[in-house]
Amino acid sequence: MFASWHKYASLMHFHALSQRVSPWCFGLSAVLFAAGLIGGLGLAPTDYQQGESFRIIYVHVPSAWLSMFAYIVMATAGALSLIWKVKLGEVIARACAPLGASFTALALVTGALWGKPMWGTWWAWDARLTSELLLLFLYLGYIALQAAIDDRRAAARAGAVLALVGVVNIPIIHYSVEWWSTLHQPATITKLGAPSIATSMLIPLLLMAFASQVFFFAVLLVRTRCEILEFERHTQWVKALVGRSSMPTVIA
Amino acid sequence: MNDFFAMGGYAAFVWPAYGLTAVVLALNAILPCRRERALLRQLAAEAKRQGSQ
Repeated sequence: MFASWHKYASLMHFHALSQRVSPWCFGLSAVLFAAGLIGGLGLAPTDYQQGESFRIIYVHVPSAWLSMFAYIVMATAGALSLIWKVKLGEVIARACAPLGASFTALALVTGALWGKPMWGTWWAWDARLTSELLLLFLYLGYIALQAAIDDRRAAARAGAVLALVGVVNIPIIHYSVEWWSTLHQPATITKLGAPSIATSMLIPLLLMAFASQVFFFAVLLVRTRCEILEFERHTQWVKALVGRSSMPTVIA
Repeated sequence: MNDFFAMGGYAAFVWPAYGLTAVVLALNAILPCRRERALLRQLAAEAKRQGSQ
């Protein structure tokens, strides 16, 4: 009795909390994006090897980082739902997938737009690019699995297993530039010792990366609220909530 | 200003990258918010139907 009440309550409280937090996340990410764009397009100097084309880094690297980060969040939420039966894990994992898929596709396309002028090719079957493409297929597979299974609990379990198996791809993406000789350049920031990038180039990159993370959380909160509403649509608290929120429009 | 838009000859690569990023961000922000509003309307309509029965 207490256990079931507790589970409902956590979704209910998360829903209420997220309504208060998500507008602030959207606002903060907008400010950070603006600062990152001014720094990246305006203040950062021209790269001595790549010319102005290096400015693609400010949209490519944050989306690539986010593509992996979103997957880790999705797999962690899936593990929580699978092992400890945390309902919030189910809804968060489902909310992550479209976000992660879109940023993975963006990382691939902006990478191609950077690769063409620098490498002379849009695409190469090298380790970094191929493992990132596999990440996109993992997201799409997860989304297809959710759409194919009608029972939401069963879909969440199957999705969590897929997400956890796919986690092996994340270190492969990260270390691919070290393990294999690839066309893709090695890491700029996350290597041992000092980052090999000028501070005036680095700060806009960190701003854009932080902006994307905050934006991810903002959208994740909205998507999770939708999943919660669908998941709990027959509960009393959702009925009370929609009754309240629709009060002014009932007449219209 | 023209120099800025020319991007040192890389305009055809830099601006599509930024444009697509803007599109992905906009869709990610707009679609879930619209879905939430539609869902709340739908659930409210269902609740009203059940209430009048």
